[in-house]
Amino acid sequence: MSQSPAEPHIQVRDLSLAFDRELILTNLNFEIKQGDIFIIMGGSGSGKSTLMKALIGLKEPRTGTILYQGLDFWQSESWKRERLLRRVGVLYQGGALWSSMTLAENVALPLEQFYSLARTRVPELVSLKLSLVGLAGFEEYYPAEISGGMRKRAGLARAIALDPDILFFDEPSAGLDPVSAKHLDDLILEIKKGLGTTIVVVSHELASIFAIGTNSVFLDAESKTVLASGNPEEMLHTTKEPKVQAFLTRGGTIED
Amino acid sequence: MLMSKSTVSRQDPGKLSLEQKHGQTLTLVLSGTWSFALELPTAEAVRPEIAAGDRQPQKIAFDCSRLTGWDSGLLTFLIKIRDQCEQSRVKLDTSGLPPEANRLLSLAATNSRAPVIEKKASRSIFFNLGQQTIRLGYSTVSFTSFLGETLLAFLALFRGRIRFRGQEFFRLLRECGDQALPIVSLISLLVGLILAFVGAVQLKTFGAQIYVADLVGIAMVREMGAIMTGIIMAGRTGAAFAAHLGTMNVNEEIDALRTMSISPVEFLVLPRLLVLVLMMPLLCLYADLLGILGGGIVGVGMLDISPARYLAQTQGAVALPNLWLGLIKSVAFGIIVALAGCYRGLTSGRSASAVGMAATSAVVTAIVAIITVDGLFAVLCDIIGI
Repeated sequence: MSQSPAEPHIQVRDLSLAFDRELILTNLNFEIKQGDIFIIMGGSGSGKSTLMKALIGLKEPRTGTILYQGLDFWQSESWKRERLLRRVGVLYQGGALWSSMTLAENVALPLEQFYSLARTRVPELVSLKLSLVGLAGFEEYYPAEISGGMRKRAGLARAIALDPDILFFDEPSAGLDPVSAKHLDDLILEIKKGLGTTIVVVSHELASIFAIGTNSVFLDAESKTVLASGNPEEMLHTTKEPKVQAFLTRGGTIED
Repeated sequence: MLMSKSTVSRQDPGKLSLEQKHGQTLTLVLSGTWSFALELPTAEAVRPEIAAGDRQPQKIAFDCSRLTGWDSGLLTFLIKIRDQCEQSRVKLDTSGLPPEANRLLSLAATNSRAPVIEKKASRSIFFNLGQQTIRLGYSTVSFTSFLGETLLAFLALFRGRIRFRGQEFFRLLRECGDQALPIVSLISLLVGLILAFVGAVQLKTFGAQIYVADLVGIAMVREMGAIMTGIIMAGRTGAAFAAHLGTMNVNEEIDALRTMSISPVEFLVLPRLLVLVLMMPLLCLYADLLGILGGGIVGVGMLDISPARYLAQTQGAVALPNLWLGLIKSVAFGIIVALAGCYRGLTSGRSASAVGMAATSAVVTAIVAIITVDGLFAVLCDIIGI
């Protein structure tokens, strides 16, 4: 390991995000520690996905800084940013697999782009990643030929293709039945334990939030900032914010 | 433990040595950094040791005390060792491995037993031919019923039984009307210029430059005005119709109309058809004028014909039936563009790529139909002598 676990993986300082003139989020301050499963939660329209886009380099913030292990992400030269992004894996909502390529080609593309590996090594690595997500034997399938849940897992295989230090998940349970969603959560935990990656999840699925989250921020659409942060379980018991309470208890229908 | 890739290059690539202990256990001693980005020992080196023979060990174990880092590169190696052990029926003791690697190794093993669904096999050429023929039959039926539905809706309109939203109608009128003017202007002016150029070079050799006016006038009014606006509208509006209705299909908006017993043909197709039937003759007339203007520019600028002379010659050459013919054709082309766009949109698949294909096929269908129908018009005109 190249740094001590004490150093935060990502630090966000005074971040604000905006579309044109409309301010989405402002005054964001939080830390994502090494090995955390960090949940970004909040109601619809609270800017969860926008925050994730800023963290993975798709949306430039209005003001503030995002530090990746001490490196200012948005102020760095583009080549530094690109090198840093190779250490980042992202699982998009629908899997975002390239539809004209087979699953094997999807997973192989980043490996072939960034490393000059021996010809025989790539298929080995691809098979490993696909078997880790339970898709061994599906190498030659096209994304259109498999189910939505499988596409998501294939997206995960592609996200871990380069053994990233940090993995981002955008609504991992969206569009999955409860059993598949649980399986995906288990898989996320299993891969986290094995690979030791930091994980950031954008979600509003309570079951998933409590099952996997070790730390979190709660975003609020009205005040446009973080209303609460910390371990979701503890947050449920300690928060005084009515909005956070309502969110975590489905408007008071879950007794805990 | 995993390490940051940036530091990998400065680390020792992974090394492997073998230790035979007590004659029964073969220990694989892993040292250095086992990263897939580095040159690693292959599992083939161990194969002869594991393979059946006098020296075959009973058990394979690992010593990772000098392993400084690892990633998927180690896992692919371990999976191969495991496969070899299974083949040669040698026991594998994974207790010496880093616990995380062990965990991933068993994850990969349990998951690889998931059943593989059958992939669709490629079919023979006869199967495909038959299937295409059947599909052609179905699409003929569906297009005919679409045509019939449109006709019924059209008749219902005249009996005053249909109301579609006026606002939508005017938005469409503008989309197919004044918003199409710039591109129609540009293309028709250029077509007029080109026709005049081609004609001028030929006619000059006979000293008959003045007939450039006849050539451009008749060609624009009879053929090019209608065809060019038809093709422009197919690319511009037909594709837009198909994309719009296709997207509505994807969003289940069409289903929503149907469940409220609002006919999508009456609500969506009819206004589009009407708009094009109204607008195409106007656009065609405008294109005719600009084409003649383009011819005039060449005639006046290059052939030294006076503007008044050119105009008089054009007026003499272009008889009124020519103009009517062009305008009637443009109405027919408008119907073609609207029907092709709406039909492809309504019958598109339910994905983003299907919408793209619907737009493409709407344009192709419309252009092919426009040229074919124009050919039919030419034959008909020859028979009735216009």
